[in-house]
Amino acid sequence: MKPFTYSRAASLDESRTATTVAGAALLAGGTSLLDLAKCGVTEPEQVVDITRLDGLDTIQASSEGARFGALARMSRVAAHADVLANFPAVAQSLSLAASAQLRNMATLGGNLMQRTRCGYFRDPRAFPNCNKRNPGSGCAALGGVTRNHAVLGTSEACIASYPGDLATVLVAFDAVVHLGERAVPADDFFLLPGDTPDVEHPIQPGEVITAISIPGSAAAKRSTYLKVRDRQSYEFAAASAAVGLELEADGRTIRDLRVALGGVASKPWRSRAVEAELIGKSLTEEAVCAASWRAVDGAVPHGDNAYKIELAPRVVARAILSLGGLA
Amino acid sequence: MTPLDMPMKHGDAGDGASIGQRLSRHDGKLKITGSADYALERQFEHAAYAVLVPATIGAGRVVSVDTAAALAAGAILVLTPEDDLGLAQATTFTGQRPEGAFLPLPHEIRFDGQSVALVVAESLEAATEAARRIKVTYEAAPVTASLVQTPEDAGTVGEQFNVAWGDAQAAYADAPVKIEADYHTPREYHAAMEPHGLIAKWDGDRLTVWQPSQWVHAMARNYSDWFGIPMEDVRVVSPYVGGGFGSKGFNYGWEALVPAAARRLGRPVKLALSRPQNFNLYGGRASTRQTLKLGATKDGMLQSILLTGASETSTYGVWPEQVGAATPLMYGTPNYRGQQRIVQVNTVTPGALRGPGKAPSAFGIESAMDELAYAVGVDPLEIRLRNQPDHDRMSNKPWSTRRLREALTEGAAAFGWDKRPMAPRSMRDGHQLIGWGVATGTFPVIRNYGEAEIRVTAEGRVEVVSGATDIGQGTYTVLAQTAADAFGVPVDEVSVRLGDSSLPGSPVAGGSKLAGVMTGAVHKAATAAREELIGLALTHPDSPFHGIEANTLELKGGRLTPPRADAPNVTVAELLRAIGRDGLTVRRDTLPEDMQSPEERKRAWTTMTTAQGPTVGDYSQHSWCAHFAEVRVDEDFGTVRVSRIVSAFDCGLLYNPKLVESQWQGGIIMGIGMALFEEGLVDARNGRVVNNNLGDYLVPTNADVPEIQVISVGIPDTNASLLGGKGVGEVGIVGVAPAIANAVFHATGKRVRDLPITLEKLI
Repeated sequence: MKPFTYSRAASLDESRTATTVAGAALLAGGTSLLDLAKCGVTEPEQVVDITRLDGLDTIQASSEGARFGALARMSRVAAHADVLANFPAVAQSLSLAASAQLRNMATLGGNLMQRTRCGYFRDPRAFPNCNKRNPGSGCAALGGVTRNHAVLGTSEACIASYPGDLATVLVAFDAVVHLGERAVPADDFFLLPGDTPDVEHPIQPGEVITAISIPGSAAAKRSTYLKVRDRQSYEFAAASAAVGLELEADGRTIRDLRVALGGVASKPWRSRAVEAELIGKSLTEEAVCAASWRAVDGAVPHGDNAYKIELAPRVVARAILSLGGLA
Repeated sequence: MTPLDMPMKHGDAGDGASIGQRLSRHDGKLKITGSADYALERQFEHAAYAVLVPATIGAGRVVSVDTAAALAAGAILVLTPEDDLGLAQATTFTGQRPEGAFLPLPHEIRFDGQSVALVVAESLEAATEAARRIKVTYEAAPVTASLVQTPEDAGTVGEQFNVAWGDAQAAYADAPVKIEADYHTPREYHAAMEPHGLIAKWDGDRLTVWQPSQWVHAMARNYSDWFGIPMEDVRVVSPYVGGGFGSKGFNYGWEALVPAAARRLGRPVKLALSRPQNFNLYGGRASTRQTLKLGATKDGMLQSILLTGASETSTYGVWPEQVGAATPLMYGTPNYRGQQRIVQVNTVTPGALRGPGKAPSAFGIESAMDELAYAVGVDPLEIRLRNQPDHDRMSNKPWSTRRLREALTEGAAAFGWDKRPMAPRSMRDGHQLIGWGVATGTFPVIRNYGEAEIRVTAEGRVEVVSGATDIGQGTYTVLAQTAADAFGVPVDEVSVRLGDSSLPGSPVAGGSKLAGVMTGAVHKAATAAREELIGLALTHPDSPFHGIEANTLELKGGRLTPPRADAPNVTVAELLRAIGRDGLTVRRDTLPEDMQSPEERKRAWTTMTTAQGPTVGDYSQHSWCAHFAEVRVDEDFGTVRVSRIVSAFDCGLLYNPKLVESQWQGGIIMGIGMALFEEGLVDARNGRVVNNNLGDYLVPTNADVPEIQVISVGIPDTNASLLGGKGVGEVGIVGVAPAIANAVFHATGKRVRDLPITLEKLI
């Protein structure tokens, strides 16, 4: 692999400065960086290790809200009792992600920054055409093997799907990504590919993810993350749903509903249409199944991935119904 | 002990013998503690590291290779198609040696990822970076990426695979019930944890290669042929193997580059393939398709089977994945016709993967039998029992042992099959549709010759020495058990040395034959060593037994005792000390008298031409199995979870039931992968396998593996091997995929005829 220098950031400011240097990459858990360097996708000249920075791995959660330091490890957050009690979908999304070894290494900040699993993006030598890697070069995935490509939020330039689990939950519950002082809603932290699929986040040079916060809510407390895939472990979602539900005192009218989709879109995909359709209505199987189809409004298939348009609404419906005790 | 002494009971022996005991693997602790010295992990002073540069086109020609940037970046050697390496063609496993020079870096590109250069540097990282800077100019040609891109009549008929008896077409036309269906299996890969590769080191004109290998002798011959040096001057070392599954039995052309580089540089060179290269520098299981027509009576008695199939191979080598390998053996049909086409596509030449031919073959016939069962309304277990053949129609020979009926009935009883409702979609648990399926499998008994040495040390310990390899299946352990019994010492007094081509000869650890062959050779050598020792004890003037009135002595538990209790009783060590010997070495082979010449011995240890198929001799010999699977299919998501498997096997005598069960379970787990996950996804434009890594090429995780109950219904088959065992390593995978597919049908009412059964096929 390409030679690079390695240094350890002594302070958060030093890590911020590093991000202004062309060819520099921050190293946290390393599970993405090392993988992509081996693929030849990422070729840093300078690797700045931020894992020794103090105070960035805290985990706090209560009914009021949660705040996770950017360097908190996935496995620690997943097992945290207060997270399990107040944000079960967060814990589930982390437990169902990757493998035990990866979860022990990977950090939450790094998890948000993970890149797509598009096989064409990950194989520059065989497929030089990739607008995400090399803007303007085209998209090798179009006309290729597209079973796990996105059906929502794609563009002519890119049909890659966002593979992460946690971010799907964050988007559902209006989480905020903290870049030091600046706070960006999770939904805005992930950009649609449009004409610039190489730009995935609004993060600027000099900015580093420091924390993730999630406001507490009854829906977050009664939440679930349902991940559907062929293999029971260590596979990205064919489709997933992060759902939170709050019922009125009558026990059947939906007061609050949160729905986001994973594995089917170019970014973590909030389904506000499903939420709007059901809030204020009675929780019935019929209503939920009908409304869940709104989750794939505007979906466009690309060959092998057409099944996701069938599958995603079923996943949403099952997640809502299971929270409501109807599935 | 002779074969006649073997107890005739289910599988396990007993009587205090070591054979038949559930001993743990010799290499188990070494592996889990990280102390097994795998060939590729050897460290050498001054070693250099090599990386192969892959072609980025699927077909065409290399016009030029620009090495300047690589050399500037630290490459100390670059081999390209322009280099004359002075290599000769090597003898193939069929014993033929093609004429002419061998070019491991041909200009012509036949498949994506084919090597176009070898780059050597001071470290793996430096070699990787230098390799990246190689600039290759190509002339690209049109690509035929895989079998699915070819028409039905593509390729040529493999005449050697034609099988026919009766008049299958007429019988099919007349049959009251007809089934016709197409089945497809995709490209599958070995996905062994340990990558392929080698370390080559020259000492003058002598070459040593450390390489994960299922057959060190054949590889030594291969290097000797390539480099034009005597086989005695080549040593291939492979003490432990991190997964072979058929992929490490033969040399691949790119392997010649490493000793070539080592010779030019005058230092050891190591090459380990990257994970993506493990998907295109050697072949996995070829993709197959088959059309099956079954004609039957209304009560499900088969009248005719018609099979037309095809498998893909490369444009430069032939590997037939025989879709008819199991089909003619499983059922008693009076009429049969089978035919197979071989279709060239732009892939690396496919190869052997656990249960080659038999696994895709069984997917076809065992799915079709399930379809027939439903067409005639006969229980899928019952229809199999009704159609069991009384002899092998293909060879017209009796079965040596075929306890498939017992496997079906005992497996069904353990599974609780009698509670199965016939109708699909009749069992559920919430959203989970539950289904039960059955399918059978087979694998031929292949016999061959082996050689072993027994060394008795001054301390009375026994060392078994053989060049056979242990690829995780238990050669070390089972040969220690064999020697312990035949010589007469406790098994913990026996050590075993394997995996070195300078040691006595052995066939490939493949085709499920090594245990049968090598237990025979070790038994013979250890028996001869015991007889020699007893002879010395009775005749040597300094022996405590000298002059006693006995024709023989008993050697048991490491002690020599005469028939009369009042005579001396000494250990092997005491005897050797008394007669002034520091040990004893005996070498024996199982080759017949007319195969003792050096040429014949070389042929036996380095080609497959001395192997005897299942119908050589008076009988048709095979292992058999019946799998019963329970699946739970989510009615909305189409996800399939295997929740229970019971499998019953007839593999003859089990040398070590613990190891055998492990082999069976491993085969079944690979069968779960074949059924539900494994598929090389090939880009139609350039033939590249795009899921060429362990994150995207899915094999079962522990979470995907349910409780697996395995049952032995075998009895010793001494036609198959000296001690009565039949092969156990490959039969386990055969029939698993159709058992699961049949269970999926029972759960959902949907018949999936193309593997793997991924969720989109069920929603």
